[in-house]
Amino acid sequence: MALLELENVHVYYGNIHALKGISIQVEEGEVVAMLGANGAGKTTTLRTISGLLRPREGRVHLRGESIDTMPPHVIVHKGVGHAPEGRRIFARLTVEENLMMGAYARADPHGIKEDLDRVFALFPRLKERISQVAGTLSGGEQQMLAIGRALMARPRILLLDEPSMGLAPVLVEQIFETLKTINTQGTTILLVEQNAYMALTIAARGYVLQTGEIALSGKAAELQANEEVRRAYLGG
Amino acid sequence: MQRSFLQRFSIVGLYLWGFRISVLLIVVWGSFGTFQAGCPSVFTLCAFKSRYSADVWLDLLVYGLSQGSVYALIALGYTMVYGILRMINFAHGDVFMAGAYTAYYLAAAFGRAGFLNRHPLLSLAAVLALAMITAMSIALVLERVAYRPLRRAPRLIPLISAIGASFFIEYAFRGFFGSGFQAYPEWQIFKGEWAIAGVGILRTQAVVIVAAVALMVVLYGFVMRTKTGTAMRAVSEDLEVASLMGIDVDRVIVITFGIGGAAAGAAGVLYALVFKQVHFFMGFFPGIKAFTAAVLGGIGNIPGAMLGGVFLGIFESMGPILILEGLRVPGIYPGGIPAPYQLKDVIAFTMLVMVLIFRPSGILGERLATKKA
Repeated sequence: MALLELENVHVYYGNIHALKGISIQVEEGEVVAMLGANGAGKTTTLRTISGLLRPREGRVHLRGESIDTMPPHVIVHKGVGHAPEGRRIFARLTVEENLMMGAYARADPHGIKEDLDRVFALFPRLKERISQVAGTLSGGEQQMLAIGRALMARPRILLLDEPSMGLAPVLVEQIFETLKTINTQGTTILLVEQNAYMALTIAARGYVLQTGEIALSGKAAELQANEEVRRAYLGG
Repeated sequence: MQRSFLQRFSIVGLYLWGFRISVLLIVVWGSFGTFQAGCPSVFTLCAFKSRYSADVWLDLLVYGLSQGSVYALIALGYTMVYGILRMINFAHGDVFMAGAYTAYYLAAAFGRAGFLNRHPLLSLAAVLALAMITAMSIALVLERVAYRPLRRAPRLIPLISAIGASFFIEYAFRGFFGSGFQAYPEWQIFKGEWAIAGVGILRTQAVVIVAAVALMVVLYGFVMRTKTGTAMRAVSEDLEVASLMGIDVDRVIVITFGIGGAAAGAAGVLYALVFKQVHFFMGFFPGIKAFTAAVLGGIGNIPGAMLGGVFLGIFESMGPILILEGLRVPGIYPGGIPAPYQLKDVIAFTMLVMVLIFRPSGILGERLATKKA
């Protein structure tokens, strides 16, 4: 049984048919990349998984349980962590408060403490800035906070929306290194990226979305070798 | 490209500058006049002295503080709800009235039984508690019935619903309890003055200030220190992401309305302590004043609402005497404006207009554009 399974999901914005029957599977322990141009439906897919959008047709299953009618805060409780596009940290809260909000749904102080230490081990910069107001962090630090915050819920699967957006190349590499570590520590990752090259270096498999449909899917190496993918997303 | 001076020049800009300057002139001219009491003409400076002694000014200040702390308590409800839902809850003033009015019946019963003066603090606490519980319940019902179904509607719709709810509460109270004034019973120990640091301060006003400040400290501590309070701040920053953190947004909204309602209910009793009466329409003006205070402090900003309330109270209390009494208009009011106190509401609402025009973000607020307003 797949950890996360989307089955023929259709999503509309008013009359606009944004997702036209998406089917995706993510197995426990995998890193899966979702590639595609702007407006292809990548963010919409993640928002549908988290319950921010409702599919008009199709199902979303988490470990066999249908989650597509649940409100977002319940889905978090079921084990889906979401670091949204554009980071969207709570700018007026401190770093610590942001992280504690990530653990809002939990009631195990010991586990929360453990995860806090884990996040600080992954991102030592955050520990230095623990009582700083998050809006004053740099872009890279904000991205670390957004990922750390999502990890604080101790999710089974982490949805990451464009973690490389607006960051300097050296920072992007750092973030992707950390994502690899997070994955080896046991968190499954579904990664949406414009930066297809970086995404395919850490992902085992990938899906390519095109105007709300899955145009292509396969192993990372296959996608990297695919002519169309190379031309459209890898710049060569 | 830097635009030249002439290109930046506009009729509206000129008008606004004229408005600023004339308000400034009125304030300066009026205050100047006030401190030249007894001088024969506007243009002869004879003494830096007002008609009133320092005691009178101090009384005005204390009265302003007590009014202001009541405004501040009500303003918290406006500002917290705005912070989360980007909506002005115009029925909030009536929640305040409902708390004061309901608690009146308990206070009156205590008064008849003699309990009021046998256990003054206990009875005040009971009256406050009843007002807070009633106001909270009404605020919660309002949220459920009048606002939640309209959560996804365009922003004007809940506003209209709020105005309807406001009339509904007012006329429901009028229907049930009559359109007359009801005299709030008085606590004997709150009559007269206390000498604090050698200065006589009306006891009611001291009680109002102490109680309001205590409530605000508790509330501020709740919002800043507890997990639920942090969740409230998170929801007010980004409702959608807050739900991705596992925060039940509906629950936070309910808590926000509940706290705001309780604060308004307490404010209602404190207001009635000073004015010694309740009436079905009593929520209207304090409600709008508190809204002004919230805007003044920067709507959505909790310390701003407290600051704005206190500032408005003091300004409204001292402003008429300070600015208007000495405002000599040659030929019309050679001796300054008569009965300036009648104009205190004019001063308060002028301030609202001024803030909206010149600093819409308020004292502590950030620019509205940076919010997803």
